[in-house]
Amino acid sequence: MTEMNSVLPPLSERSNVLRWIRKNLFGSVLDSILTIIGVLIAYWVIKGFLTWALTTARWEVISANLRLILIGQYPLEQAARLWIGVAFLIFLGGNSIGIWARESRFSVALLLSPAILALLPFSSGPRTWLIVLSVTGLVGWWLGRSRPEVLRRSVIIGWVISLPIIILLTHGFTPVDSGGVLAIVKTNLWGGLLLTFLLTVVGILFSFPIGVLLALGRRSELPIIRLASVMYIELVRGVPLITILFMAQLMLPLFLPQGVTIDRVLRAMVGIVLFSAAYLAENVRGGLQAIPKGQFEAAHALGLGKAQTMIYIVLPQALRLVIPILVGQFIAVFKDTALVAIVGLLDLLGIAKTVLAQPKFLGLQREVYVFISLIYWVLSYGMSYLSQRLEERLGVGK
Amino acid sequence: MADEPIIKVHDLHKWYGNFHVLKGINMEVKRREVIVIFGPSGSGKSTFIRTINRLEEHQRGEILVDGIELSHDVRNIEQVRMETGMVFQQFNLFPHLTVMQNIVLAPIQVRKWEKKKAEEIAMQLLERVGIPDQAHKFPGQLSGGQQQRVAIARALAMQPKIMLFDEPTSALDPEMIKEVLDAMVELAKSGMTMLVVTHEMGFARAVADRMFFFDQGQIVESGTPEEIFKAPKEERTKLFLSQILSH
Ligand SMILES: Nc1ncnc2c1ncn2[C@@H]1O[C@H](COP(=O)(O)OP(=O)(O)O)[C@@H](O)[C@H]1O
Ligand SMILES: [Mg+2]
Repeated sequence: MTEMNSVLPPLSERSNVLRWIRKNLFGSVLDSILTIIGVLIAYWVIKGFLTWALTTARWEVISANLRLILIGQYPLEQAARLWIGVAFLIFLGGNSIGIWARESRFSVALLLSPAILALLPFSSGPRTWLIVLSVTGLVGWWLGRSRPEVLRRSVIIGWVISLPIIILLTHGFTPVDSGGVLAIVKTNLWGGLLLTFLLTVVGILFSFPIGVLLALGRRSELPIIRLASVMYIELVRGVPLITILFMAQLMLPLFLPQGVTIDRVLRAMVGIVLFSAAYLAENVRGGLQAIPKGQFEAAHALGLGKAQTMIYIVLPQALRLVIPILVGQFIAVFKDTALVAIVGLLDLLGIAKTVLAQPKFLGLQREVYVFISLIYWVLSYGMSYLSQRLEERLGVGK
Repeated sequence: MADEPIIKVHDLHKWYGNFHVLKGINMEVKRREVIVIFGPSGSGKSTFIRTINRLEEHQRGEILVDGIELSHDVRNIEQVRMETGMVFQQFNLFPHLTVMQNIVLAPIQVRKWEKKKAEEIAMQLLERVGIPDQAHKFPGQLSGGQQQRVAIARALAMQPKIMLFDEPTSALDPEMIKEVLDAMVELAKSGMTMLVVTHEMGFARAVADRMFFFDQGQIVESGTPEEIFKAPKEERTKLFLSQILSH
């Protein structure tokens, strides 16, 4: 990569700005007209937006409700637990960058972004935490960089246990009144970005293995398994997510023994996982179909059994092929979690409605929705960017 | 015991749907023998050689490999596959694994060897086929001839008693055929039992003990290279040989 960048085109071809503009924007009469119309529209839209954003918009609705938007009704005195969870993730992230992406300056700069956010007018608590986050990330990065061999294993273990740890930190385990550490915070208090994040991560992580199993089931030699997989996949793909979420809220209790209740957030998670798994299965199946017969034959000829052939030969190649599609689907899961607002959970979108219901902030839909759209966009784009890096590293599509 | 054939094929029949591909094949192969199978395209050579490690199922007749009968019994199939190595026309290396990983995967997973032992043996094999310096590259970074030599090393790593080759040089550019044939000649001279589908008559002359001419799912003629090249008995064999030798 670096080599390519350092090779400049010959002098005669080095386009200066004017020539580039003339060639690409004013190559013909039609081009020129389109360019002018495009510029006018862009000017009109951007001017309108900026005028609003910089003069009339009342952004105090965001600053006053930032806590609600980020963590919902989660008790403020327990918020340190969430910060610790985030710090743990950032530490692992820094570690991983240090070990696997040592040359990527952009990734290191990413670790500094919390500290940069700390420049915004926060109160001293969050500001301290933001700086702590950056420091943890950088320490993790430095450790990973200096001892990659030693840390590789522990980082992987760290990622594996990270979800249980985050959930444990968020939920807690000692009864509220006992005064012990990590008092339980009921899920009806979880909200905002915190809830969206947890729904997404659980949705992705659990739907992945289920989706792979369904894809394998669909190719199984046992007719019953094949039929069950096909029926499940086609059934789920035939209904909108929102109906599944409603069913998870309203119908799941019917299947449970009396007296057993499942938490509403958990029900939503189950719905998202079951929904996403069906789509994932179809995507993985596409990858499986692309693996040539010769790969199976070579594996079998070497004495590898069916399961071994799948695990070591076919799945790694199939999954690599579908990484771009899977990431697209993961981003879709992230955005689809917004539907839980309709069944009454207070995720990012749900909390926006709560914010807007306050008499003080009536009519400020624009500010609130622009802000949460920005959050959705930054995170979606982040995922998409990371996956492109991953694809480059794994040589997908090479 | 030593003279007991390691492969016994008796009255082997196979159909693809209604299409009768193999029509009563009989063959016995002794230990350390090198067999060359040749014949026109579509005559069932690949199908036949693939029934010997059960990549293809047969419908009638019997196949015994080292005393193990190939049937629906999965354990027998596993055992036979452990004892036979196969090299394909299209190499079929695993593109997501390095050369070294390609070679050690089956010994570690199937034979349950220690990684270290497997890697040592893999290195020896890579030296034997002349590409020890490519161990940590991926198959996509190698030439066709190198890939096929990796495929040979990969099959040998399982320490098979029999090696099956299905047109191992047909997908290669002419300048790479020799390096692969050299590795095969060396293997033949080391005493490996080999079944080779090929039209490389130089190879057949040099190392084959017996040759079988296939046409339309049957063995038309068989004999030593001497007999086949000097005095073929059947018209079809003569015609076919004159066609491929005129090139
Ligand atoms: N999977 C299959 N299904 C149906 N027919 C097949 C299949 N594989 C091979 N055949 C047919 O069987 C015949 C023998 O094929 P093959 O053993 O590959 O011949 P050879 O290797 O001698 O060229 C050919 O006519 C081929 O078209
Ligand atoms: Mg063939």
